[in-house]
Amino acid sequence: MRLSALLTGCVVAALLAFLVHFCLPLLDPKTLAGLLTADWRPFHGGFGILAMAAGSLLLALSAVPLAFPVAVGVCCFIHGLGSPRAARLVLRAVQLMTGVPTVVYGFVAVFVLVPLLRAAFHHGSGFSWLAAALGLAVLILPTMTLMIHSQFQVAEPRIRLTAAALGLTRAQRLLHLVVPLSRRGFAAALVLGFGRAVGDTMIPLMLSGNAAQLPGSPLDSLRALTAHIALVVATDSHSLAYLSLFAAGLFLFTATAGVTIALRWIQGGGRP
Amino acid sequence: MNRQPGFTLFCRLCAALPVLLVAGLLVFLWLQSRHALGPALFFGDADPVKAILGLAPVWDGIWPACAGTLCLVALAGLTAVPLGILCGIHLSEYATGRSARVLSLLVDILAGAPSIIMGLFGFALILYLRHSIAPEANASLLLSGVCLGLLVLPYMVNATATTLAALPADLRLLGPALGLTRWQAIRHILLPSAGRGIMSGVVLSIGRAAEDTAVIMLTGVVANAGLPRSLFGVYEALPFHIYTAAAEYRGPEDLERGFGAALVLLALTTVLFLAAGTLHRTMENRWRKGA
Repeated sequence: MRLSALLTGCVVAALLAFLVHFCLPLLDPKTLAGLLTADWRPFHGGFGILAMAAGSLLLALSAVPLAFPVAVGVCCFIHGLGSPRAARLVLRAVQLMTGVPTVVYGFVAVFVLVPLLRAAFHHGSGFSWLAAALGLAVLILPTMTLMIHSQFQVAEPRIRLTAAALGLTRAQRLLHLVVPLSRRGFAAALVLGFGRAVGDTMIPLMLSGNAAQLPGSPLDSLRALTAHIALVVATDSHSLAYLSLFAAGLFLFTATAGVTIALRWIQGGGRP
Repeated sequence: MNRQPGFTLFCRLCAALPVLLVAGLLVFLWLQSRHALGPALFFGDADPVKAILGLAPVWDGIWPACAGTLCLVALAGLTAVPLGILCGIHLSEYATGRSARVLSLLVDILAGAPSIIMGLFGFALILYLRHSIAPEANASLLLSGVCLGLLVLPYMVNATATTLAALPADLRLLGPALGLTRWQAIRHILLPSAGRGIMSGVVLSIGRAAEDTAVIMLTGVVANAGLPRSLFGVYEALPFHIYTAAAEYRGPEDLERGFGAALVLLALTTVLFLAAGTLHRTMENRWRKGA
C-alpha cells in the first residue's frame, strides 16, 4: 500500500525527470536562444517553439471567454430561471457533453464548422484560430458549467430565505446574491477551463491548420504546442526537433501543474 | 414580474446551447453514417465469426480498431485499477498531515497533466531504453496501455479516496468495536461498502482510456495494422481511426466508415459515463438513506 502510494509519487517525479533530462541540452544558451524564437524551419535549422507557445496561449485565452458567459448562463438557467424539468434536461445534456470524446468533436467540426467558416468568411481554408477556439470552447463548456454549478449548489440554500424575505424575483436573486457569492467558483472555472484548453491535443490538431506562425487574424492558421508535439513525433525528424518537443512538453506540464496549484489555492480559500 | 428580461433571455439561449449541441451531434453523426451502420461497418466483406476469431483478415471494417481499443482498455485497467485502489486507500486511511497533502497534490497534478504529456513520457521512455538497456525497444501496444493506465490512475485514486472518505462514521467505528485490525476493517467493512463508488471510478477510467487519442498517437498506434498480434507490436485503435478518417479519407465509403466509427466510439463512451454516473448516484443515495 505504502508502495503504491510511493509509486504514484514516483510517476509524477519520473514524468518531470524525463522531461528535464531530455531538456538538459537546452541549458546551452545558444540552443536555448534558438528554441525561444518564432522561427520554425526544421530544414533550415530553425527550431523555435515561441510561435507554438503563443498559439497555445492565444487559443486557450480565446476559448475561455467564449465558453465562460455561456457556462454562467447555463448555471443561472439551471438554478431558478428554468422550470425544474427543463433544468434537469439541460444538466443531463451538459453531463453527456463531458463524455463525448474530443476526437469526435474534432471530427464533426471538420465537416460542419470548418466548411461553415470557409463559406462565411471567404478567407483561407477555414482551418483557423477561430475554428479551433470555437471547438475548444465547446470542449471546456461542460467542465466550466459543472464547476460553477457545484458552487451555486453551495451558495443557493444559504440565501434562499433572505432572497424570499426581500421579495426578490428569481433573476434578481441570481444576479445580486448568487453570482456575487460564487466568485470563487467562477475563478476556479476560469482556471480549470484554461487548463483543459491548453492541454487538449485533438481539437487544435484537427482544426487550427497547424501552420507554425503567429496568426495575424482569427481566420489565420496557427499551431498549438500540443499539436506541435503530435506532428513532430509523426514526422520523424532531426534530434534538435526532438529537443523542441521536450521543451514544449515541459512548458505544458508546468502550465497545467500551475493551474492545479492555483485551483487548490482558490478552493482552499486563498491558502496554499 | 421580471425586471431583467435581457438577462433571462441570455440564460435561456445559453441553456438551449448544450441541448442543441448534443442533439445536433447525434443527429448529424447518425445521418452521415446510417448507410454504413450494420455488420459491414465492423467487418467489411469478411465473415463476422471468422473475423472475430482472427481467422480472416478484415480489410474495410473497423473491427481491428475496436479490438485494439479493447486491448488498450484492458491493459490500462490492469495498470491503473490495482495501483489506484491501493493508493486511494493509503490516501484516505493511512496518510496523514504533510505526506497526505503532498500525495494528493501529486495526484491532482497528474490528473491535470495533458494527455499528450503522458504520450511524450512513453515516447521518451522508448528513446531512453533504446539508448540504454534495450536497443530494439519500440513503440507497442504494451507501452500505450501502460501510458493510458498512468493517464487514468488519478481518476482511480480520487474515486477510491473520496468514496472511502464519504463513508458514514458509524461504519468506521464498527471495525475497532469488533476488535479488527486496521487492515481487516478496511478489507472486510470499508472496501465492500465503498464497492460501487470504486466501480464508478473503474468505469470512468475505462471511458477515459477508450477515448484518448493523444497518448496512443505517440506510443505506437498505426492506421493499418490489422488485429493486434502481440503486446510488443503495433495496433489500430478507434480514436486514431477517426482521426485518420478526417485527415486522409479516400472516398465517400471511407468517410462513412469514419462517421460510423465516431458514432460507435461516442456510444461506447456515453454508455460508460452514464454507467459511472448511475453507480456514483446509487452509492451516494445508499449511505444517505443508511445514515
